[in-house]
Amino acid sequence: VVETTRRFLQTENPLSSVRAREDDPAGFDRAWWRRAAALGWSSLLVPEELGGVQVSGQGLVDLTLVMRELGRFVAPGPTIGVNVVADLLSRSGSAGQQRLLAAITDGESVPAWACYEHGSPWSAAGVRLAAEPTAAGYLLTGAKSLVESGQAADLFLVTARSPDGLIQLLVPAMAPGLTVENQSGLDLVRRYATVRLDNVEVPASAVVGQPGSADDLVRHQLEIAVVLQLAETVGIMETVFEMTRAYLSDRMSFGRPLSSYQALKHRMADMKMWLEASAAISAASAHAVQEEAPGAGAEVSAAKAYVAERATDLIQDCVQLHGGIGVTWEHDLHLYLRRATVNRFTYGTPEEHRDQLATASGCGA
Amino acid sequence: VRRVTGLEDVESFRRRARDWISGNLREVSPEEAEWLSDVQDDGAVARNRELMAALFAVGLSGICFPREFGGQGLGRQHLQAFTEEAAGHELPFMFHLPTLTILAPTLLDFGTEEQKHAHIPAMLRGEELWVQFLSEPGSGSDLASARTRATTDGHDYVLDGSKIWSSAANRADYAMCLCRTDGDVPKHAGLSVLIVKVHQPGVVVQQIRQVNGAREFCQEFFDNVRVPTSNLIGAVGQGWAVTTRLLEHEKLAVGGGSMFGLLADRGGRSARDDSDLLLRVVQENGRGDDPVARQMIGESAALARTQRALIDHIGQSIAAGRLSPSAASLLKLFSATAAIRRSELGAALGGPAMVAGSSAGHEMAVHFLVRQAAGLAGGSNEIQRNIIAERVLGMPREWAADRGVPFNRIGSQDAPGRLPALEPLVTARRAAGYCSSSHWLNRGARFSLNAARESAASGW
Repeated sequence: VVETTRRFLQTENPLSSVRAREDDPAGFDRAWWRRAAALGWSSLLVPEELGGVQVSGQGLVDLTLVMRELGRFVAPGPTIGVNVVADLLSRSGSAGQQRLLAAITDGESVPAWACYEHGSPWSAAGVRLAAEPTAAGYLLTGAKSLVESGQAADLFLVTARSPDGLIQLLVPAMAPGLTVENQSGLDLVRRYATVRLDNVEVPASAVVGQPGSADDLVRHQLEIAVVLQLAETVGIMETVFEMTRAYLSDRMSFGRPLSSYQALKHRMADMKMWLEASAAISAASAHAVQEEAPGAGAEVSAAKAYVAERATDLIQDCVQLHGGIGVTWEHDLHLYLRRATVNRFTYGTPEEHRDQLATASGCGA
Repeated sequence: VRRVTGLEDVESFRRRARDWISGNLREVSPEEAEWLSDVQDDGAVARNRELMAALFAVGLSGICFPREFGGQGLGRQHLQAFTEEAAGHELPFMFHLPTLTILAPTLLDFGTEEQKHAHIPAMLRGEELWVQFLSEPGSGSDLASARTRATTDGHDYVLDGSKIWSSAANRADYAMCLCRTDGDVPKHAGLSVLIVKVHQPGVVVQQIRQVNGAREFCQEFFDNVRVPTSNLIGAVGQGWAVTTRLLEHEKLAVGGGSMFGLLADRGGRSARDDSDLLLRVVQENGRGDDPVARQMIGESAALARTQRALIDHIGQSIAAGRLSPSAASLLKLFSATAAIRRSELGAALGGPAMVAGSSAGHEMAVHFLVRQAAGLAGGSNEIQRNIIAERVLGMPREWAADRGVPFNRIGSQDAPGRLPALEPLVTARRAAGYCSSSHWLNRGARFSLNAARESAASGW
């Protein structure tokens, strides 16, 4: 899967294609996504009996290897959201909901996860969107922000608050009262949207899992999202680091290559340490979530707290080592910096994850 | 009943270890465990030796050492199982580092069959504590400039010179000593490593008092010390290769990635102890709900978890050939910079409690005073960065004024290989006596071995 993903990205998604899609409203096209899905990008978290693809038996770990390649190419696509929903439906979906998986794994259907609300923490606790019980189901009112690939989605997993507690529902993009609005954003091809739900009626069959008990599911979904985004971030760090290493060898100043200056060698050594440590903790968190290990949540939080900041530190430092060319539009560095930056601040900031780690460490009441 | 052939499976090993541990080892408090690590306490040393002998007698000593030399010939998973089963019990901690994790593996790599048979089983039985004699008063980061001289006299070498920053050398039985056996060749080529009995005529060991009051390190003086030529490790002139390997074992051990240890994760201990101390400081200050304090505790926890993941990652990457053995420096640099950062966080969490009137605050304050030791012991952060840049990343090596120059001619006016621009500086420094040994304290940038254990132990 990794090999085919790399070859696919090399031919279909050179960085020039990322630049070319800057003004594309969806950031990717559906035919391309169907071809990507055929490589397994949307199937690895789905068991084979539900139409998924299993390679090593560790689907999440396998998918992180794909994400790493996506990072190398700053690839477009709805991969994170699609996999979060596919994983949830595989684990907790009703038989009817699991029938949706075939279209999702084929790339025909693109689901998106609508969780975050402007001004609230990116967690179960931050969800306020109201799900009011009706005779036939629920009435949804509220707004979601930063919904990844929201414009392209035909189906939303909406995390909401009902009188009984947290609840998750599947809402078609066509549902009356649901509107999607593009949010002009930082990444050139990864799009984010506002999704407004104004008295949207959904049947009881739209509820995923038991109504009112979605906290654990949401926690797990966030863990998966963070694991995937960090794998992508590590792919970015590796690529930017290698670009910079090559640049320092080629670039001469005062009659010697930049790579011969100790001041720069020491910075590269620090960056190599950040890179290997980021690769280590992100892989450890993927294994912890894969194995549903106790403390997996803390491992994920540690990974997010460490990797997200070291990644942007590393890229900014690489910009510095490139000199003026590093802050130009024509150089590719900013494409990577954009993706690493959106990855740093989505699915919980490092600050939020550090706070969770403090609780896990026994700090406070 | 132990299986004699084939590898014992991990679970049966685990049961065997558990049964023996529960019947024979006492559960100990953190304070008692600390006492067992105090190499300057007579009773603690004696108890460590007894415990090693007891483990050896039942086949639980040297879990990953070859059977031929008294070990169990088992793997990392067995060591991990033992570590889990032995948690909270009394153990011979002081053998972990440097004896088992640094000097024994170096001896396995380079020692003669006689040397290995003579010493490895003795280490595993608790009869021999070892120390490394590497740094000198005038030779720290530039370890290959060692001046301690070993000259041949019949079947002996005669040793003259001085070593420093050797941890608890006054308690050690044997040392690996880096010596100059030839001054007429460039510095790296004229070195050899000898096994030196520490307590013998001509060796004087002095303890050094540190900022935190501990007397962990020593300086040794050698005056016509006789060492049999059969104590040479590796070939004559191969001392730098032996030392380089020793330092790699050291960095793995300090970072927590060694498989030769008494326990699998002893290296992760400093991070855990530091995190505990930070929590106690916060609790004493009643700042557990303060968002700023919580960020700091969260950062410390993230560093500790990342370090643990890095230990496995680097160990596996080196074993798989994805990274060179020099990548152990990544682990060393991470653990040092993380320890320094934790110390800074702890100081900020302590605030005025650092000054007076608080027990956790005072512990934190003393820790803070020796904060930089983590970035010096076992090779300075700057040297680790050179190693990573040059040997892991393949960047150009630093220019050295003494490269290719016979050791005895380094600094002489007609020595080749020297940059004209440096001439006035070198001359001025020599005139000011800058290189004289009286400046050793400032120039000894490289602490030795067991500072690692010191920073891992809670004393700091």
